Parts: sequence; structure tokens; C-alpha cells
Amino acid sequence: MKVMNIIKSVSIALAGAALLAAGGAAFAAGGKTKEYKHPHFHFEGVFGTYDTDALQRGYQVYRTVCANCHSMDLVAFRNLGQKGGPFYLDECPEGVADNVDCSNPTDNPIVKAIAAEYQYPGEPDDYGDIPMRAGLPADKFPSPYENVQIARLANGGALPPDMSLLIKARHHGPAYIYSLLTGYEEPPASVEVPIGQYYNPYYAGDMTQLLKPEYLDEEGHVVEGVEVPYGGVFAMAQPLYDGSVDYADEETPETVEQYAMDVVEFLMWAAEPKLEARKKLGVMTIGYLIVLCGLLYFSYRQIWSNVKK
Amino acid sequence: MSHESTYDPQTGIEKWLDKRLPVVRLAYDSFVDFPTPKNLNYWWTFGGILAICLVIQILTGVILAMHYTPHVDYAFDSVEHIMRDVNYGWLMRYAHANGASMFFLAVYIHMFRGLYYGSYKEPREVLWILGVVIFLLMMATAFMGYVLPWGQMSFWGATVITGFFTAFPIVGDPIQTLLLGGPAVGNPTLNRFFSLHYLLPFAIAGVVMLHIWALHVPGNNNPAGVEVKDVKKDTLPFHPYYTVKDGFAIAVFLLLFAAFVFFMPNSLGHPDNYIEANPLSTPAHIVPEWYFLPFYGILRAVPDKLGGVLLMFGSILVLFVLPWLDTSKVRSMRYRPIAKLWFAIFVVCCLALGWLGGQPAEGVYVLWARITTVYYFAYFLVILPLLGVMETPTEMPKSISQSVLKKVSDGTETDASGAAAAQPAE
Amino acid sequence: MSAASETEPAAGPESEEPTRRDFIHIMAGSVAAFGAASVVVPLVHQMNPDASVLALSTKEVDLSAIEVGQAIKVMWQGKPVFIRRRTEEEIAEVSATPLSDLRDKDARNPNLGKAEATDAARATSADGEARPEWLVIVGVCTHLGCIPLGTAQGEVKGDYNGWFCPCHGSHYDGAGRIRKGPAPENLPVPPYQFLSDTQIKIG
Repeated sequence: MKVMNIIKSVSIALAGAALLAAGGAAFAAGGKTKEYKHPHFHFEGVFGTYDTDALQRGYQVYRTVCANCHSMDLVAFRNLGQKGGPFYLDECPEGVADNVDCSNPTDNPIVKAIAAEYQYPGEPDDYGDIPMRAGLPADKFPSPYENVQIARLANGGALPPDMSLLIKARHHGPAYIYSLLTGYEEPPASVEVPIGQYYNPYYAGDMTQLLKPEYLDEEGHVVEGVEVPYGGVFAMAQPLYDGSVDYADEETPETVEQYAMDVVEFLMWAAEPKLEARKKLGVMTIGYLIVLCGLLYFSYRQIWSNVKK
Repeated sequence: MSHESTYDPQTGIEKWLDKRLPVVRLAYDSFVDFPTPKNLNYWWTFGGILAICLVIQILTGVILAMHYTPHVDYAFDSVEHIMRDVNYGWLMRYAHANGASMFFLAVYIHMFRGLYYGSYKEPREVLWILGVVIFLLMMATAFMGYVLPWGQMSFWGATVITGFFTAFPIVGDPIQTLLLGGPAVGNPTLNRFFSLHYLLPFAIAGVVMLHIWALHVPGNNNPAGVEVKDVKKDTLPFHPYYTVKDGFAIAVFLLLFAAFVFFMPNSLGHPDNYIEANPLSTPAHIVPEWYFLPFYGILRAVPDKLGGVLLMFGSILVLFVLPWLDTSKVRSMRYRPIAKLWFAIFVVCCLALGWLGGQPAEGVYVLWARITTVYYFAYFLVILPLLGVMETPTEMPKSISQSVLKKVSDGTETDASGAAAAQPAE
Repeated sequence: MSAASETEPAAGPESEEPTRRDFIHIMAGSVAAFGAASVVVPLVHQMNPDASVLALSTKEVDLSAIEVGQAIKVMWQGKPVFIRRRTEEEIAEVSATPLSDLRDKDARNPNLGKAEATDAARATSADGEARPEWLVIVGVCTHLGCIPLGTAQGEVKGDYNGWFCPCHGSHYDGAGRIRKGPAPENLPVPPYQFLSDTQIKIG
């Protein structure tokens, strides 16, 4: 029995050690960006939906500011007019012929007008020339640059990422983009920001590389007692300023925070246009499954009720 | 349980068919009248849950293949086309992606159940080995499936995992080139992974049939770990007793599944996979999907490239010989008070390895990955062989019906949680 | 977790009552069957044309560049549509054809519904107005789906100065009506409407 007891106590000790280890290692990791701001977005939560007004304003911000450098390859104009999109129409506005169904995105007059503002290469004509034609609802948003090389050239070597999936392609996307857009500030005195680069405490970077020489020792290590600032530097200058986009409605404040809220809403929609349909079907499915679970449980109890006799 | 067929065809058509191809008889004997131990607990419902998982993956997968384009220039866009344009495409794709996670969650529970209750022991060795084969096929299928969306993690995951083979001297590099169809991951890789990703699930379905066959020859193991002595007293017909119990468990499992698909569809994925594959830029942290993390943890615990790869493969291969490593004659750990504790540590180690596999490979993480890796192998290679000889099991019930009756009279819950069964009245 | 069979109290006498017992099973079974049936909807509906295909289901065509006597071919829903701007003589010729000479007396024009295959009926758009100058037809032979010749300049127009299908020798007249050969029906008119005098929307 003695051997048994020893094995038993060793086992318990090991189990305890393993548990401690799992907990102990957790505080070893440390973040280098400032903790994100997280305002409540309309699309969050089980019943969250897109706010159409915010989507429209967000589109305006995207169109006037972001689209100058960022492409949105996966989104077509018609998407703007589909159910749940910023410019979806249940009924046609006045002045549209009776036989037009405006809930169909390709017939939506707003969508058609937006698409027609852009020019696309058409079919080659009989002489082999490619004439330009006006954009159609089925066309995808055009890229601001002809190719990657030109995009890099225009942005100091950095490539502005495509915005179609930007929110889903970043950890905590909505909070991150919001924080980044509203978080620009003067770089701390301890660092030297290179020309063409901009400091943001929410950008994931390594500020040790930029510390002024007096904060580093001979081997390039940070001098003791010096705190490395949050964030990093990157090639995008602050894109939004108070009042830089004119909202049509008078009540919405024209502040950086509001612009950021709206454009995050729009970008979330661009990345996940089926969010509303998904949550709606989800609520129905979960409800159905709860009922089914209950029924099956009682059925199970009934069937098994005679087993113990 | 090989038992006399009790199928009695009633209608003319059934009789006609039964003489020519007795499929109805097969189904009846396997899933209706099959004598099943009456004491199976909820841990035994995961077999049925896994069958549902396989069906969901194949159905949604076949549908996705109708809209997907396996070409490096179109793969990423075609997945987004599914998400945005195809009717219910988002549902198919989220169900398929999260379905893989659910599949692995269920298979891990299924495997831990087998480990705890000694389901791999004589006469169920072949059943267990077939299960390990299914697990290997699942891993291969899941890995290749993850490459198909052609995101950054797809690309770099494929690069890293096929890179395992380069660890082997001489044959390593040619094997990697053969797998990739070129010097690096590219269009030939994507095409063959798509082909194989479509093929392997049907291979899995085939091995699942064998798995069920191998289950139905000796019959189910059970929480008491004693064989069926008296079919009348110890067993119940599979239908309706276990169809309804499995059905209930499946519904609860689907509830969890639906919660992921509809309300947090991307929580188990990695944001970098929403960036199209770019051979010129590696993501900061390459991590596999969560279900591969324990093995990734073992890989990174070893400072040597070949050693890490061998150990990682070894961690699965060791499962094949498990039936002969465990020397204990007692199946269920209910009656093995010491083994139970070592098993609990083993579970903790597996979870810890999973967590460590997702952490940066530095400092204290590596140390703990090594400790847990050593324990992982020690559990199979040292602890189980020795314990079987050294441990004194508590008294087991004489039969399944006795174990059920005793528990009802004790009014106690035993199972994985407590040691109540360890105090027999004697 | 413990099996319910182990913890459940012994069954009471009410479990003997058949109706209540059956009811719960029937309920559970039918709710499960309903769920299974509902799942079929997305599994099947995914095969219907998706949003990107539907977005191309209509096509706007500018007619201003077509000279009298010329015809153009445009792609609509993966099929060619012939648009011919007919001359006075061509219109006169097909208008004079008596209905009794026609193989298929149905106008095959969804803009009209059921109507006789007069030339005016063939050239009617969604607003109900006939514009004989413009003939808009789907250029797929009603026999076995080949593309008839006769649209581009220099192509064989067949015995009736319209279109000729080279696959099996069907002849269509200047209103796209079948006159000779194995094809059973007139070339169909697509749904279309005039958005302005020089622009139509097909579909």
C-alpha cells in the first residue's frame, strides 16, 4: 500500500504543478499597442444590425477620404443597393418609371448614378480600340491606382491595403480601426519619427527602433528606466479631421470620432454584408434547437423511464 | 455484439429485397435492434455526433465545390463570391469552416473517452486503430482544406507544414517538391490539395464503416468496462433507447455549432486568412488552427528540426500501439484510482500543449512545452505500462446490470468525477 | 456527466398512460423532421442563379450607332440578341406576308402575351407600342440551339431575307419567323423596353 500512496501523492503534486504552470505563464506576454477604444457599434451583439444612416455617412467618408488611396475590390456598386446595403430602396423614389423595381440593386437609381460616375474600359470596337463606358451596377469599385507599383510609388513605398475585408483581417477589427483613426497624436519626445512616417499609439510596431540615441546604451539596448512608447509608425498620415467631410444632415456632428464610427460601420458592412441575414437566421435556428432539445429530452426521459424497473 | 438477426420482413417488397440484398436487415440489426449496454453515459454519444459532423462536412463541402475555383488567381475571390453572392453561400462556408472545428472538438472528446474507459483494450484493438486512422485522415483533410481559401495563413501554413518533410535527410527535399508540385507552394499545390480535400472525406466515410463494423463485432465498451454477460439484463435495443439519447445529444451539440456559425463565425479562425496569400510577406505569427496546436506545441518543444518532426509524428503513431502498451487488465478507470489521476494530468497536459502551441516559441513557454511533451510520451510509454502492473484496482461490478443497480441504490454519481465506486460494500 | 438512467427516480404510474407518452414522441419526431426539411431549402437554393449572375440579367443597349439596314449582336444572359434596324422595304416585305404562310402563328413575344405573329406584334416592346423599325430577337435557333447567320454584313440571310441557321438549314424571315426547315418556332422576342428613343433595356 505504501507504493500506492507515494504514486498517489506524486500524481496530485504533478497535477497541481501543471495547473499552476498554465496560470503562471499567462502574465508573461505584454502588449505593445495602447489598449483599443471600443465604442458600441450598432452591428454588435446578438440582435445588432447595420444603421442605414451610418452606412450612408460611412460610405461618404470612404468615398471622399479613404477611396483616394484604398481600393475595395470585392464590393460592387450593386452591393450598395442590395437588402441591408446603404442605399437599398423598398420603393422607387418619385420620377422613376412605374415598371421599374428599385429593390432590385441593378435598377436602383441611386446605385446607377453612383456607378455612372466612374469610367470603365468597354468591349473592343471593330477597330480593336477599347472605348471607355460609364460604370454599371454590376461593376466592382475601381481601384485608385492602376497597379501595385504605382500605389507604392504614391505612398512612400507602402501599399494601402484593400478595404473590402479590412475589418475582418485585423484582430478586433472595428475597435482597432476606430482607435487608429481617432488616435493620431504627437510622437513622444523620446523618439525620432522618419520623414513620410506617422506615429500612432494603436499601430502595431516596435518603437525601440526609433528611440533617440540618448535613450540607448552602447549595445543598442534601451537604457534602464526609459519606457518604450506604445504603438508604431506607418505611412498613413492622419486621414480625418473635424469638419473634413460635409454631412448632408445637420444633426450629425462632423467630428473625427463620428467619421470614424460611421466609416467603421461602412467597412464592417463591406466585409460582412450578410451579417443581418446571418443573425436573423441564427436567432431562429437557436430558438428552434432549444425547442427540439427540450422535446427530445422529455421524449428521452419517457423512453428510459421503464429501464430501472 | 455478434447476435442473431431479429429482422422479420413484413411486406412483400421487404421479403423480396431481403433475399437478394439484405441491406434493410443490415441496417435493422446495426441501428435498431443492436443490443447496447444499458449503462452508457453521455460520453458515449459522441460517436453519433461525429457521424453527423461528417455528413455536414461532406454536404456543405460538395456545395462549396460547386462555387469554388481552385486557382491561385481566383481562389480567394471565389470564396468571397460564395460569401457575398451565392444564395446562402455564407451559411455553407461558415458551417463548413466551423464544422471542421466542431468535428475536431467531438473527436477529441471521443478519444479521451476511449482513453479513460479503456475502449482500446482487447478485444477492441482494431476498432481503436481504425479510429486513429480516421483521425489521421481528418488531420490531412483539415490541413488541405485550410489551404483552399488561399489566404495568408493558408499559404504560410502550407509552406510550414510541407516544410516538415524537409527535416528528413536525403529524401526530405524531393518529397516536399513532390507534394508541392514545384519549388514552392503555388498553383499546382492548390489544385492537388483541392482534389485530395474532395477525395479524403469519402475515404474517411469508408473507414468509418469499418470502424462501426469493428464496433459491432465485440459490441460497445461501457463505463463499467465489464463485458455483457446477459443480453436481456445488461443491454437495451439501440432503438429507441440510444437513438433518442444520441438524438438529444446531437441537438445539444448543434446548439453549440449554431452559436458559432451564426454569432461568432470567425472566432476560431485567424484574421490573417482574410488577406489574400502573398508569397512575399509572411504574417508575424504563423499559427495553425486550434485543433493542431497541441501537435504544434510538441514540434516546437524540440530544438532540433528532425527531432521535432519525428516527435510530432510519434505523438500520433504512439496511439497505434496503445492497446499493447497499457498492461492493466481493468478497462475502466473508474476502478483504477491511481491511473485516474495520471489520466487527469494527461488531459491537462494536452490542453496546456494546445495553449503553448499558440504562444511565441520563447522562454518559459518552451520550457513548459518540453515538460508537457515529456509527460505526453511518458503517459503512454512509462506510466500506463507500469501502472498496470503496480496498481491495485478497486472491486469491479460483476456485470453491467449490477453496476447500474448499485448506483441507483447508492444514489451517487460516479463516472469521471468521483471515486464513489471505489468503496464497494464488500 | 452521468446517464439520466442512473439518476432518474423510478417511473411513476402516469408513464403508463399511452396518449401522453406518444404525444411527446410525435412532437419531437415532427419537430426534428421539420428541421431536417428546412435545411433542404438552403442546400437546394444555393444552386439558383447567384447575385452576380442576376446583376447581369438585364442589359442596356445604346441604339444610336445602328444605321438603317444594319444589325448588331449583343450578349444577354449568355445568349446573343439580334437587334436589326430595318429598312422600309424590309418592313413592307414582312408585313405583307399573310399569316397563313407562317409555320408558327404565335408571336413568341413575352412583352405582349399570347398574340398572332404579325410583324407589328413581333416588333412590340414592353410598353405595348410597336416600333417596326426595330426588331429585337434572341438569336438562338429554336431547333437545337445554334446561332443563325444573317446579322453581320455579308452573311447568308436565307431564302426569306432574314436569318439562316447553318446547322440544319432553318430559314427565318425578316421578322425572325420560321419559314422553312426543321425549327418548330419563331425566334423568341426577349422582354425589353425603350428607356429613350435610342436606348433599350433587355430583360
